[in-house]
Amino acid sequence: MTERADKTIELRVLRYNPEADEKPHHQSFTVPYTSDMSVLQGLQWIKDTVDGSLTYRWSCRMAICGSCGMMINAEPKLACHTLLRDLAPGPVTVEPLNHFPIERDLVVTVDDFVKKIESVTPWLIPKHPKPVSEGPYNQTPAQLAAYENFSACINCMLCYAACPQYGENPKFIGPAAMAILQRYDGDSRDGGSALRIDAVHGEDGVWGCTAVGACSDVCPKAVDPMHAVNQNKMNTALDYFLRFLKKRDAK
Amino acid sequence: MPHAPEKRSNAPVFWLLFGAGGTLSALFGVGLILVTGFLAPQGIGISADALSYENALAFTQNGLGKAVIWAVISLFFWHAAERFYLTLKDMHVFSDTGRRLLTYGVAAVVTVATAGLLLAIGFNQTM
Ligand code: SF4
Ligand code: FES
Repeated sequence: MTERADKTIELRVLRYNPEADEKPHHQSFTVPYTSDMSVLQGLQWIKDTVDGSLTYRWSCRMAICGSCGMMINAEPKLACHTLLRDLAPGPVTVEPLNHFPIERDLVVTVDDFVKKIESVTPWLIPKHPKPVSEGPYNQTPAQLAAYENFSACINCMLCYAACPQYGENPKFIGPAAMAILQRYDGDSRDGGSALRIDAVHGEDGVWGCTAVGACSDVCPKAVDPMHAVNQNKMNTALDYFLRFLKKRDAK
Repeated sequence: MPHAPEKRSNAPVFWLLFGAGGTLSALFGVGLILVTGFLAPQGIGISADALSYENALAFTQNGLGKAVIWAVISLFFWHAAERFYLTLKDMHVFSDTGRRLLTYGVAAVVTVATAGLLLAIGFNQTM
């Protein structure tokens, strides 16, 4: 038997329509919910039955696509991965991700984040290019483990919303970009390290981090971006002193 | 291709000193306070004259002893300096040069002064 939605919870949702509103404001909705309903489903109920103009991003509903990040009770969370029953009795504030410009309601502009990800060369640059006829690049389990959890990043930007340093200085490269950098840098097949180090060895690169660790606390995929940052502080520091000894391949 | 590389930061110098001081203080800090501050003066488990003037002087006049004292004092300061530097930066206190002088500057002065004092105490040739 399906559970009846006989409980309700108040969602205080931040609304902002840049064409009509001078500044963002909260709007309250009383949402009926069942014990299996997520905050995302609560928003969908509002959009379907109360106000079709409510704007938010979502796609997979299963913590895979990374679209539905928002501030839920002031904490960066995936709306599809946060159950209303855990927030009862409410009210629950639902706001767009911190540190990003609001496009409309709960939708933020992602351009800066995307640019940062692009800046770390997020693809494999084969150390030894070889034709398909020579077979696959094999890896040991240890070589896989060196980067595997960093490859779990879903680009949800929760870590950027949590990072006080990114909030202070939008030029800071930020947590996920470092995790993604390390996903490729830590891969035994990759040879692009020098290129990536040069992208992050500045004050706004890896050194913009002061090891607060909020990124790793809020990450829904246990990526541990802080660990990636630390690894790259060490790599950058070694590069700082050993760069004169190293032969750089011209890329 | 990625954006033009940003200017290389000199943070690695301070970060490595910070890391060295942090490791040292985590391993020996509490132990040192306990031994030199409580156990030795009270003679608990260690003879009360372990830290007598003569013993302390002999330790300081030994090359290895000097190195240990120098590392402990200066690296602890570098560790603290980095923490204070970042705290002041987060709080937007002073200009960046001011912050650096106040934190790294103090650590640098302490490092040089400690080395100077240790050298001034001299070496005991009979050791
Ligand atoms: S590191 Fe974690 S929190 Fe940051 S974008 Fe990737 S999955 Fe999201
Ligand atoms: S909708 Fe895809 S992560 Fe939430």
